[in-house]
Amino acid sequence: MLAWTVYISFLGVLGLMLLPKGNASAARKVAMLSAVAGLLVAVAGFIQFKAGEILTVAKLPWVPSLGIEYHLAADGVSLTLVLLTGLAAVGGILFSWNIEHRAKEFFAFYLALIGGVYGVFLSFDLFLLFVFYEIAIVPKYFIIAIWGSTRKEYGAMKLALYSFVGSAMVLIGLIAAYVVSGAQTMNVLELAKHPFPHSFQVWAFPLVFVGFAILAGMWPFHTWAPTGHVAAPTAASMLLAGVVMKLGAYGCLRVAMTLFPEGLEAWKTWIAVLAVIGIVYGAMVALVQKDFKFVIGYSSVSHMGFVLLGLVTLNTIGLSGAVLQMFSHGIIAGLLFAVVGRMVYERTHTRELSVLEGMNLVKAMPFAAVTFVIAGAASMGLPGFSGFVAELQVLIGAWKAFPTLAVITGVGILIGVAYTLRAIQQAFFGEAKERGAPVPHDDEETKHAEQEIRAPITIPERIGAVLLIGTSLVIGLYPRILLDVIFPSFNSPLFDGLRRVGLQ
Amino acid sequence: MKVEALTWLVLFLPLLAAGIITLFTLRNKAVSATLSIGAIVTGFVLTLAVIKFGGWDARELSVNWLSIGSLNVDFGLKLDALSLMMLLIVTGVGSAIHIYSYGYMRDDPGFSRFFACMSLFTFSMLGIVLANNFLQMFIFWELVGVSSYLLIGFWFEKPSAADAAKKAFITNRLGDLGFILGILIIFTALGSLNFTVLESGNSIAALGGMATLGGLLVFCGAIGKSAQFPLHVWLPDAMEGPTPVSALIHAATMVAAGVYMLCRVFFIFTPDALTVISWIGGITALLAALIAVQQNDIKRILAYSTLSQLGYMVMGVGLTAPEAGMFHLTTHAFFKALLFLGAGSVIIALHHEQDIWKMGGLRKKMPVTFWTFMVGTLALAGVWPLSGFFSKDAILAAAHENNLLLFILGVAVAALTTFYMFRLVFVAFLGDRRTGVAPVSDSKEAAQAGDESMRQARRLSYEPHESPGVVIWPLRILAVASVVGGVIGIEALFGGMFKPDAAHPHGLLAQLVYPFQHAPVAALSGLAAFAVGLFAAWKLYANAKTDPLPDKLGALSRAMANRFYFDEIYEATVIRIHDAIAAIADWIDRWIIEGFCIGLVRGGTDLTGRALRLVQTGNLQTYAFLFVLGVAVVLWFVLGK
Repeated sequence: MLAWTVYISFLGVLGLMLLPKGNASAARKVAMLSAVAGLLVAVAGFIQFKAGEILTVAKLPWVPSLGIEYHLAADGVSLTLVLLTGLAAVGGILFSWNIEHRAKEFFAFYLALIGGVYGVFLSFDLFLLFVFYEIAIVPKYFIIAIWGSTRKEYGAMKLALYSFVGSAMVLIGLIAAYVVSGAQTMNVLELAKHPFPHSFQVWAFPLVFVGFAILAGMWPFHTWAPTGHVAAPTAASMLLAGVVMKLGAYGCLRVAMTLFPEGLEAWKTWIAVLAVIGIVYGAMVALVQKDFKFVIGYSSVSHMGFVLLGLVTLNTIGLSGAVLQMFSHGIIAGLLFAVVGRMVYERTHTRELSVLEGMNLVKAMPFAAVTFVIAGAASMGLPGFSGFVAELQVLIGAWKAFPTLAVITGVGILIGVAYTLRAIQQAFFGEAKERGAPVPHDDEETKHAEQEIRAPITIPERIGAVLLIGTSLVIGLYPRILLDVIFPSFNSPLFDGLRRVGLQ
Repeated sequence: MKVEALTWLVLFLPLLAAGIITLFTLRNKAVSATLSIGAIVTGFVLTLAVIKFGGWDARELSVNWLSIGSLNVDFGLKLDALSLMMLLIVTGVGSAIHIYSYGYMRDDPGFSRFFACMSLFTFSMLGIVLANNFLQMFIFWELVGVSSYLLIGFWFEKPSAADAAKKAFITNRLGDLGFILGILIIFTALGSLNFTVLESGNSIAALGGMATLGGLLVFCGAIGKSAQFPLHVWLPDAMEGPTPVSALIHAATMVAAGVYMLCRVFFIFTPDALTVISWIGGITALLAALIAVQQNDIKRILAYSTLSQLGYMVMGVGLTAPEAGMFHLTTHAFFKALLFLGAGSVIIALHHEQDIWKMGGLRKKMPVTFWTFMVGTLALAGVWPLSGFFSKDAILAAAHENNLLLFILGVAVAALTTFYMFRLVFVAFLGDRRTGVAPVSDSKEAAQAGDESMRQARRLSYEPHESPGVVIWPLRILAVASVVGGVIGIEALFGGMFKPDAAHPHGLLAQLVYPFQHAPVAALSGLAAFAVGLFAAWKLYANAKTDPLPDKLGALSRAMANRFYFDEIYEATVIRIHDAIAAIADWIDRWIIEGFCIGLVRGGTDLTGRALRLVQTGNLQTYAFLFVLGVAVVLWFVLGK
């Protein structure tokens, strides 16, 4: 049944293409219908799932001569991310309800991206996974280049180039694994059993891991992320930070680590160091940004560092923390981008913190202010929100594996508090400055701008905010909802290789 | 159903109240206040019921919250003498302050929001008190930080309030970083987070070489929350919040959480760790008392006094006398809440004037406020037989037994305490009224000189008057508690828990004279310190128009008035360095990674493209030549080798 998440998304693309031109209202309804249907399928699949199993969703021969199959399956990790994708997809559409410019194409690209993401999370055939991975890259470029802002061509091109470099590295690694194993299969379950020679693993692992980690925003390959996020329209930033970065992290876990456990063992310290640099560095850079959206963009780099760190701790607490952090960050980053991009930027037409400071936005848009304060609290990793449990697990895992790095990570969390509070205060609670005497001729303009700022927060925005905050709260208050699914999946044969190199 | 289950209600009622107020009743002041006050008063009554029918014995209730592999975390309630007594303080003193707030905040536009935050705070604080494991405590620890942030920054339009809130939060998080690392050490070494389990196992031995470090890291949490040196800088700034907040959070409960935590996990501290703890406490006590001597803002004097008293408590714990620390915490909660509420009563009467040198002669205008404030002052100064005497004596006695140097320091602080408190009383309440109508000039400059002076002038022309009943009654109740708090068996209760073997006084008379029998040196030194402090204050301030100390002490006085320049030092070092690193990171991102690396790749691609373009000459002969060359090379490879 889970396969329908993919099909529904692409059916939605098809449906949108059939719509007449210029009917934005119909386009967003079709998109919403398809995203909600996808979410419902994901939720149903999640409820029916028996913890610990690997559920085969579809398995058909595709290119028999090469042993490539159309093989969709799910374990606890992929299911969690499928659920995240469903939520992020619905949230993104809610926050782009006001798109009028070429709405049909926008939502078509959007759903194609979603379909690709669902596909990646469900593929257990590596070739299929790669195909979906590429499918997900293309729409990103167009969404940013057409509907974006602030150096959009540059951001889009940078994002696409980084993605393609990463996927080229992955492709080389995958082909090499296929050839070396000689098993005539791309099935990850089969390949995971194959003992690749140590010397091969030592060079194939970094190739594939880094290839994927580029998309997860690993320092120093992260620079596509802030520029890309900033250039993208709101819904696309939400998806980029919310799910696309998770594609990378998921690939690291599912492909690089599963196939080449000995490679991981050889490289884990290096990766952990890069991850921690990412955490602290991202937070530091976020602290001095002048553009509101860049603050969130760099915070994503910092938070994704936790995911990478959790992955390489080689203990189940750290691993499950990493997966939970993927989910948590997907929700919280989506919310932050929604506030900045949709609620604030589209009303004030500026993201300069120094300008926003003078607008006293807490009076003009209290709902946005409250939402951002809550989202900020979640982002800081305060208890009660999903981020706390996730980051705590990563911290415990890291403490067992790399105590020194865990301490530095703690400092990173502290800086996280600083930049979030700074952003909250500057953007919403700035002192209302004395306005200069209004010049007569632009009076009309000022009035217009004023009206726009005071435009009420619409119903879709409210629903979206409540949906995302609620999710983060529910998971934060009772994390077992996800952990009871994530944790048993580490007992599956997929993780045998990692257990051999010391996964506890 | 057992009576203990009621504790769940005590814990969750305030959360419920906060939730309902935020979601539904923000516009209805009366309902919001009723909900919030109702929740905490009910909590107090239920706690009394739990104690009445269930006794003080240790017991635990819990449900599993998180279970991943070896990490098992419960959400539980740990009830014993320590937590039940603390529960009484939080709900009891909290009730008085909630009721007082109803009067104090009456005209504030954010009235409902205020009560929602207060209830949220109460919930978090109760969570700390009841936590049965480290992680749960840490969770509520953070929540307390958040609600404190919301309450300090309650008047967020004032930049000073917003900054103070931010400072408090970040400083607390700095301490919490140590706390969580300490928890991690304990968890990885001992495999459990539950207090009961940890206490019954021999934790110090199991931790081995990490024991002292682990203990000190946990202590970092207390340094942050209880505002101990060197993280004390946030507490005085936190006075930007409304006065009831200062009373509830920054005097009676939240800042006491650090001390409470130290007592709760007392079993993990090694002797070395305890020595460090006692000295940190002692230094804080002395430093803060010195600073308090030269402050002029009534709330700041009380804030530094709180710091100083917290230092006492921490010192007590460090001197292996957690029961003395808890005893002082309890009595301090009574009289410091009283003092803050009294200060609040003065502040509203004077329309938000906080400078004691602009007060004076308030005794006649506000008799109830004055007399209750006097009771609080005497209790804080440690006058027999008020509560403060007994609890301070317990700490001094412990110091006298264990560490003579700290004992002397403690006595000196006691003298300073009396001195700065009576300075406040003499200047603000006794003597002549200093306030008068300032001349209002109608020249343009004066108007431009700002609203501020105008407002001040208007403010000063009001006649101060006694506050309404809803403000005064909490003062009276707290005054009674401050008087009798020392002799109602609190000491024996805590003593019975931490030192079950030692003898503890029972009966009113026995308690009254116990200090003089048990440790006469400490008791008499304490009283002597009071006499010295009172005499000095009377001599200097009884009829002073201005502060004579700056002339007499010179630079020292300036240093005291400027809080020994801690803020300036932090500003110049930590914050500057941090900003510089952040700026460097940004620069690296912009120029090295973005500019250089990407530039290199782009430039490289560009160059390769240009180079390759040269090959595409468009000249047929060249192509044919290259083609033949290629064929020749291939043939040579295939045949020649």
